[in-house]
Amino acid sequence: MKTEGGQKKFSALIARLTGNQVITILLVLIVMGAYLSIHTRTFLTSYNIFNILRAFSWIAISAFGQSMVIIGGGIDLSPGSVMALSSIITAMLLAWGVDVSISVVAGLALGAFTGYINGILISKTKLPPFIATLGMMSVARGFCYGLTSGWPIRHLPPGFLFLGQADIPIFLWRVPLPVIFMIILVIISFIFLNNTRYGYHIYAVGGNEYSASLTGINVGKIKILIYTLSGFFAAIGGLLMTSRLGVAAPTAALGYELDIIAAVAIGGISLRGGEGSIWGTLIGAAIMQVIRNGLVLMGFPAYWQPAAIGGVIIIAVMIDQIKKARAQ
Amino acid sequence: MEDKVSLRKNSAIHPILEMRGICKYFGGVHALENVDFELHPNEILALVGDNAAGKSTLIKIISGVYTPDRGEIYLEGKRIEIRSPSDARALGIETVYQELALVETRDVAANFFLGREPIKEGSGIFVDKKKIEEVTVRTLKKLSITLPSLRTAVRYLSGGQRQALAVGRAAAWGGKIIIMDEPTAALGVEEARKVLGLVKQLKEQGASIIIISHNLRHVFSVAERIVVLRGGRRVGSKLKSETTGDEIVKLITGAELI
Repeated sequence: MKTEGGQKKFSALIARLTGNQVITILLVLIVMGAYLSIHTRTFLTSYNIFNILRAFSWIAISAFGQSMVIIGGGIDLSPGSVMALSSIITAMLLAWGVDVSISVVAGLALGAFTGYINGILISKTKLPPFIATLGMMSVARGFCYGLTSGWPIRHLPPGFLFLGQADIPIFLWRVPLPVIFMIILVIISFIFLNNTRYGYHIYAVGGNEYSASLTGINVGKIKILIYTLSGFFAAIGGLLMTSRLGVAAPTAALGYELDIIAAVAIGGISLRGGEGSIWGTLIGAAIMQVIRNGLVLMGFPAYWQPAAIGGVIIIAVMIDQIKKARAQ
Repeated sequence: MEDKVSLRKNSAIHPILEMRGICKYFGGVHALENVDFELHPNEILALVGDNAAGKSTLIKIISGVYTPDRGEIYLEGKRIEIRSPSDARALGIETVYQELALVETRDVAANFFLGREPIKEGSGIFVDKKKIEEVTVRTLKKLSITLPSLRTAVRYLSGGQRQALAVGRAAAWGGKIIIMDEPTAALGVEEARKVLGLVKQLKEQGASIIIISHNLRHVFSVAERIVVLRGGRRVGSKLKSETTGDEIVKLITGAELI
């Protein structure tokens, strides 16, 4: 009798763990990591791990904003272009000798502003999110080319390069600064989504917009908020990327919106809105980078990476769908 | 007009809610035409009528989803304006919509406090999850509503459980007036019986209730008074004790005119 109860508890625990998408993909990530640790010599070195972390940090940070948009029932196609545009604005200010902190704040404000415009277009003029943000993707990219005449901006000051290139000693490791930003931002985003009224309302609007409005939630305000945050997070990601690369190119982050959306989808956030966890996005972004890194370490030509990533996206979302169909 | 005002002042029992000359147009369609309506304290009133008679429009005016094009609304004798669902709720008017206004992806507790999540004292921005769970458990218990768990997403609940959750939510807020739009329409016999039991329980707790239903058997089992709308006009108000199902059907269909 007692063992039966214990067994029941155990199987309930297993059901809960496998029912939780975050745990599932965390297990996938761990299995991938274990496989690569055994089959390559270099994967499990702190140098390689921090390289991976740094390489996906700016995608992950942009994807946190995207997660809020998708949980809120929308989609944002503009973050790649916004990453590039906010970087170019910051770099232009820096090139004119403006102080680093002011230039950075200006770049972040511009990112938030593009998102705000997206939010206004979607909530006030009722444009479908796909169209509004597709337009913004092109407009922002156009500004990148127009403002620079297509030339990259180089010779950024060391005070700015510090943000993306510095390593901070923590215990025995030297942790890249962008990784620390990423960790702080995922924690803040998680608390925001799960413990504040805004977070509750974002989930509600994404889950059922009409019900949310009937209970007095200001749906328009929530939509403006999530797109503004997406633009803001994209700008943070963009500036860290530019700081790491040391050059603000008008062609930077081309096509990144797809990687960003993919990280969210792999992370188990339903593209239908209303559910999912920001931790999933973090792990989703990590999985994509581990695949890239693993393929290189195992000697596959880099040209095959998009095919592998694409396969993972399809499989991840498929598993999610099958599990939901079963639960219902 | 003068007469009506003095009548209202002199009547022995003030209606808790009173509407005078309500008109609502959608384009050229007259959804409501000069409708008077009153709800007495602690009564269960059924609002009946055929499709497109204007029932849903009338209650959506009371719950703040629509604003009337003409007419006046009085709450406990005071003239009021209801411009939004939040306005209505602030005035103590709770509504259980036919669509239930639940978010299927969110759990029972989150739905219970949808749109008015309590903030932890002194924290400024953080939702008080403990209070959400406590109040939800307490209210569901008080109304003898059993649901699988507070953490269950609403999409896993049955129709009756969803209805009970929506009714319980309206009750939890101690609404003086609770409006229910077709609370039994989507339910089986047993589930409908439970929900009707809930309606009576809400009355015992002091609420005044407006219930819309197509099911006259349900109407007669709970309502004390029945108001009939036809083609956007009010065509009758009958005490249950003084009417019959046949009479109500005639009022609904207009058969007595033939």
